[in-house]
Amino acid sequence: MIKMSARSDCSKREATLIRTLAVVFALVTVSFFIMILGHNPISVYISMMDGAFGTGYRLLETLRKSVPLIITSIGISLAFRLKFWNIGAEGQIMMGAMGAAFIALNFPQLPAIILLPLMAFTAMISGGIWGLIPAYFKARWKTNETIFTLMMNYIALKFITYLQYGPWKDPAALGFPKIPNFSQNAVLPDIFGLHAGWVIAIILVILSHIFINYTQPGYEIEVVGGSENTGRYAGMNVNKIIILTIFASGSICGLSGMIEASGVNRTLSVEITRGVGYTAIITSWLSYLKAPVIPIVCILFASMIQGGTFIQMAFQIPQSAAQILQGAILFFVLGSEFFIRYKISFVKQNIPEA
Amino acid sequence: MVNISKSFGDVKANDKISFSVKYGEIFALLGENGAGKSTLVNMLSGVYSPDIGEIYVHGQKLRLSSPADSIAAGIGMIHQHFKLIEVMTALENIAIGQEHSFILNKKNIRKKIDDICSKYGFKIDPEKLVRDMSVGEKQTVEILKVLYRGADILILDEPTAVLTPQESERLFDILIRMKEQGCSIILITHKLQEVMEISDRVCVLRHGRVIDTVNTKETTPMELTSMMVGKKVTLSIERPPVKSQEVVLEVRNLSLIDREGIKKLDDVSFKVYSGEILGIAGIAGSGQKELCESIQGIERRKRGEIIFKGENIARLTPRAIFEKGLRISFIPEDRLGMGLVPTMSIVDNVILKDYYMQNGIFLDRTVGEKRAEHIIKMLNVQTPDIYHPVNKLSGGNIQKILLGREIDSNPDFLVTAYPTRGLDIGSAHLIYDELNRQKEKGIGILYVGEDLNILLSLCDRIMVMFEGKIIGTVNAEDATKEEIGLMMLGEKATEVLQ
Repeated sequence: MIKMSARSDCSKREATLIRTLAVVFALVTVSFFIMILGHNPISVYISMMDGAFGTGYRLLETLRKSVPLIITSIGISLAFRLKFWNIGAEGQIMMGAMGAAFIALNFPQLPAIILLPLMAFTAMISGGIWGLIPAYFKARWKTNETIFTLMMNYIALKFITYLQYGPWKDPAALGFPKIPNFSQNAVLPDIFGLHAGWVIAIILVILSHIFINYTQPGYEIEVVGGSENTGRYAGMNVNKIIILTIFASGSICGLSGMIEASGVNRTLSVEITRGVGYTAIITSWLSYLKAPVIPIVCILFASMIQGGTFIQMAFQIPQSAAQILQGAILFFVLGSEFFIRYKISFVKQNIPEA
Repeated sequence: MVNISKSFGDVKANDKISFSVKYGEIFALLGENGAGKSTLVNMLSGVYSPDIGEIYVHGQKLRLSSPADSIAAGIGMIHQHFKLIEVMTALENIAIGQEHSFILNKKNIRKKIDDICSKYGFKIDPEKLVRDMSVGEKQTVEILKVLYRGADILILDEPTAVLTPQESERLFDILIRMKEQGCSIILITHKLQEVMEISDRVCVLRHGRVIDTVNTKETTPMELTSMMVGKKVTLSIERPPVKSQEVVLEVRNLSLIDREGIKKLDDVSFKVYSGEILGIAGIAGSGQKELCESIQGIERRKRGEIIFKGENIARLTPRAIFEKGLRISFIPEDRLGMGLVPTMSIVDNVILKDYYMQNGIFLDRTVGEKRAEHIIKMLNVQTPDIYHPVNKLSGGNIQKILLGREIDSNPDFLVTAYPTRGLDIGSAHLIYDELNRQKEKGIGILYVGEDLNILLSLCDRIMVMFEGKIIGTVNAEDATKEEIGLMMLGEKATEVLQ
């Protein structure tokens, strides 16, 4: 007979071991799938690694993909700490990129030193407002934030589509629906070969770690996230905390949109997010909302995306194979939580002691 | 039950427990919280299966691997928290899951219910909706439900916890009637009087083991207690006299209408003197919670005045009260839902009320660390370290952290709601002693309680609430349980002191 019992004694080392094993199991499971496709899983995995980290250029590409993921995960995890299930990062990124593009397209001649901070500021306000709306409704009328933020994503997407096909369409693009490219002043400069977004990402990781653990507002977020009633009992203004935190969460996601628009795409388009807003939900969850873990998980995920593109060329395996691997890892890691919380033991049938 | 053992992880909840219940007997299982009573009956009702050991029912060895098996064997469990569907009638609740035809034959069901009622002396209207019933009526429906399913072994888990003394009496009459009809009844309780009053035999559990099974007639409450606790304890609670006549807190014409438009407090007025414990008795939901939250400041919808040290605090938020230098400590009834953040550490919970008084944006935990260590020492909290999350502590230790924080802030007034709920006798007495110590410092204390014996021996005066109104206030020294019980049901006392 299999017996389950709750455990509270799981040490950090054991927990890490269990989670690592979960990733290994995910790799093994996907191996079977790759074998069905007629390839050697080990060589596929090796070339995925090669594709993600093999050369300086590939490494830069991987990091380039991980930057928006890290920044967005930081933003999302702030909301998740409050148990505010913000799945609206996608829309907040788009609105942030839109705000940045508005400035970049209207003031192309401003010097970069003024233009870039102004773009970042507008992006944070736009993304923040996109988060503020559902937060206000949640605080005031207890609306469901999950549905609300999801719907806000579609509004943002359609709004950008409208801009791209309508008022912001580039007249020089010969009828092709595209927004004009930013001026050189509106493009983030490179630092060590990668646009400056990575520096912002590192600063944000450090700041958010300090904010959550060592400041009074961070403590308030933890209290309200742990128990709203206790926050109220202690005299906190719970609604204000919810609204401000979600504004901050949306702002960070908006900033991520500005960095993508300015540093990578150099324009605004409907494909600006490439699903980062959704992938970041997975990465922040897998990081247990802990800022120092977020970069590790995000680089791992970016390497799978980058490696996935590479194996597509090398093995003619569809890129979706890499997505299956991502899905499998999430599945196994979340599943492994069970083994961290419960102990499984095998016992023989009821045999009374003599 | 023979040699039953069950472990959860490393904890042996039940260790080689054996007992037998005879036909036509009321058998009491007595033990403190965590003694293993619930685990044991959960095995009888098929929720858990024992690791080792055997269960015999009517002489047959059975494997009860689901509640359905247990019901089929004639075992009926009446849980402390009722498992009824509020929007259905008594009849529908009784018949649910029992009738396998598509259309309910209400006539037959009704007849069967009527038969059971007349056999045991129940009074109930089968067409009444459960949500319109009193707690006592709901319990009757629960009992009928298991009897309808043909149970002849009834397990009742703390059945009187939610009842008034009068309702408890009625329940006991029914239990005795059922016993005379040959039913076996297992009564789980930690109230000694009940055991002495109606049980035939008592089995005392401690730390998952059977200490002894004795005939009720041949034992005394003192003996049972020392078996339960494992050492001799004094059951008496001290009541130091009230020294001053100074009013600390006065409530005038307090009313409260909640979000649904229901009147929760109705023109409540009373005074609390310094160095006095004012008890509040009443059936659960009579407005006690709303009264406590109104005084503390969380409840904002109230009308009326609350005068505390000469100031009207009725319009102030908890933080505004705190900033005026007025210290009201509050121990709410749902301690993990309000008062503490379960996932946070002891230190982080200790600084909850005054963290924001620190200068700057950063949070300094060194003060909190010192205070946490002080509370742990003062109240003898069992914890591995001060950064342990509170939800990993036991119920008693959680309560000690909350009480410790609230007392450590040097309050002028203390509001406590059921502070000993779920605690074992030892911890509960520690808390009574601490309350008395605060009382002697001249603090006014509001004590919302459920156990009338405790209220009568701890408090100086007892105020009885019913449907948001104050029915009356009695002097604890010369009041009786029966008197308070009647008032809890809304009947005015003959002698009302103010």
